[in-house]
Amino acid sequence: MYSPIIIFEALANGLMLGAVYALIALGLTLIYGVLHIVNFAHGALLTVAMYAIWLAFEKFGLDPYLAILIVTPLMFALGYALQRFIIGPSSHGSDNGILLVTLGLSIVIQNLLLAGFSSDTLTIATDYAFGVVPIGPLLLSLPRVIGLGVSLLTALLLWFVLNRTDIGKAIRAVAKERLGASLVGINVAHVYAMTFALGTACLAIAAGLLMPTFYVSPTTGAAFVLVAFTIVVLGGMGSILGALIGGLLIGVVEAVFSLFLGDSLGQIGIFLIFILVLLVKPTGLFGARG
Amino acid sequence: MKTLMNSVSRRTLLQTGGALAATLAAPGLVRAQAPTVKIGLLQPMTGAFANDGDLAKIGAEYAIKEINDAGGIKALGGAKLELLVGDSRSNAEAGAQATEQLQADGAAIVVGGFASGIAMTGTQAAARYELPFIIDCAVSDALMTRNLKNVFRFNPSFSMAADVALKNLVLINDASGKAAKTVAIVHEDGLLGSGLAKLMQARLPELGFEVVETISHPTPARDMNNVVLRLRSLQPDLIIPSHYFNEFVLFARTLQQQRVKPKGIYALFGGAASSYKFVSEFPEAAEGVMDVNHWGDPKNPTNDKLMAAVKDAGKFYAYNTPINYSVIQVAAQALEFAKSADRGAINEALSKNEFDSGIMPYGKSKFDATGQNVNALPLNTQVQGGQIKVIYPDQFAQAKPKFPANG
Repeated sequence: MYSPIIIFEALANGLMLGAVYALIALGLTLIYGVLHIVNFAHGALLTVAMYAIWLAFEKFGLDPYLAILIVTPLMFALGYALQRFIIGPSSHGSDNGILLVTLGLSIVIQNLLLAGFSSDTLTIATDYAFGVVPIGPLLLSLPRVIGLGVSLLTALLLWFVLNRTDIGKAIRAVAKERLGASLVGINVAHVYAMTFALGTACLAIAAGLLMPTFYVSPTTGAAFVLVAFTIVVLGGMGSILGALIGGLLIGVVEAVFSLFLGDSLGQIGIFLIFILVLLVKPTGLFGARG
Repeated sequence: MKTLMNSVSRRTLLQTGGALAATLAAPGLVRAQAPTVKIGLLQPMTGAFANDGDLAKIGAEYAIKEINDAGGIKALGGAKLELLVGDSRSNAEAGAQATEQLQADGAAIVVGGFASGIAMTGTQAAARYELPFIIDCAVSDALMTRNLKNVFRFNPSFSMAADVALKNLVLINDASGKAAKTVAIVHEDGLLGSGLAKLMQARLPELGFEVVETISHPTPARDMNNVVLRLRSLQPDLIIPSHYFNEFVLFARTLQQQRVKPKGIYALFGGAASSYKFVSEFPEAAEGVMDVNHWGDPKNPTNDKLMAAVKDAGKFYAYNTPINYSVIQVAAQALEFAKSADRGAINEALSKNEFDSGIMPYGKSKFDATGQNVNALPLNTQVQGGQIKVIYPDQFAQAKPKFPANG
């Protein structure tokens, strides 16, 4: 049996890693909630953002956390353009079409990255990457603590945008009733693209939080996106609060299972929950739709 | 057709005919000019292992240039060597295709393979043509159990290396007054890591070590905190890791962050611990890590030249360069012995003779009935002061082992 300190630390680690998972899932669930598409390009776009953070550090000496401020608008613009000019038009109104377009997009992006950066693993070395925040007997990783804080802040900001701004209201209107929204004069194509852009911008923030301790190679995003899909289902497809709570929960479950069963089996915990949710409450914890 | 005929002027026709006649009249001249022997290099030039392929090519090209500058293959009238590079694209199917291509392009012998899976299909393809194939650094024991007469392995097998690793571990530990008693094994859950873990679990107790924990993790891993937390709780004296590069980097960095300081980290084929990329990017996490791996003889002056060549190419030195330099040297000697570029003659020469091992610490290389080089030997290295130093065996050692590493 482990000492309580070790268990507490595993729980804290799980919460902190879960917050970053949640951030990735947030973008995914937002896009699903409004556009009703499963965005298979999400992982590849996360990888793009991670490379952007790496480039900012390598070419301009920009700290990964500062680079978030630059990369986020860029990813926002990229997301907007992708939905407005590629995914939207090429779907021709069919959801199946969109599924395939995003899948194709992810393959194209991954191979472009492979051609541009080769398959080498790239890392960023910062002074604070090994820093710890001692809380009592716990040693918490400084980048992880920052990750938790920024993730929660981002979720709050996203909630504010959706609930207190005009574009947020338009997004919610389109999500609820697309035809009605377009009848009252909301530009649906624009709102779709703005939603996709917001979802993609979340990835830029997640990338900035990951890079100080993680590595990037053309397939890195795939490691996170499967977990993000699980979180979206767990939290309820399209639910922002669900993604946040689901992310934290998955992080903790993974940590506890890994601690007691080893990392190979730790993954089982995640997918056991996934299957349980599908069996017992297919709408997820906070899902509205059946 | 008419226009084409008309477009060939009388002058062109005369010139071409004249050149042809001259060639026919002096066949000896052409023959003496440049007889070349083609050597195929099967390496992953693209895909996940592209970096390894690049490093291997640097070594192979260096050896080819050295041999050609020294007058080529003397037994073949100073024939020059020409390198054909086959790209295995980091996967087994493409490895077989690239080998087929090398044989179609006229390679007299193929060297390389790199990963066990690729070497497996590449050698199988070569076997159809009795094309001699010398494996550079693939370790799987299964490679040499197929009774293929054209397949030779220059490097030590996994079980040979494991024997050396365990023997040297006991020596290092005894010299420290048995500082390490408990061991934790951390491995990736694929073929390589699981195989190693099984072997270590079976052998370590006989040698007086207690295996307190065996932790497996998937590849790719997102996080190593929980693995490291378990280790922090168990406090093993020694950690034996086996993962691929990315996971090792993540693991070593997390160990450092969580302030877990075992008396030693001892890897077998732990790529990252013998990689200057890792050492230069994370010097603190790398310090003190020991590895048993393919490694060039550090006391051979050519090794320094190869290191410089790798640096000039903007790369980090790893074992791929010296081992491919050396395997080309072995291929060239085989051509000298065979006195012919005939495949059967080369196979026979490889199985019957002893070879200088280039800059690998193998002494005289000799291939047994299965094709395995019986004198192949991995070296123990340790990261000391930001440099990768050979610590065992004594005749190649550049430094004494520092164990316990944090003592």
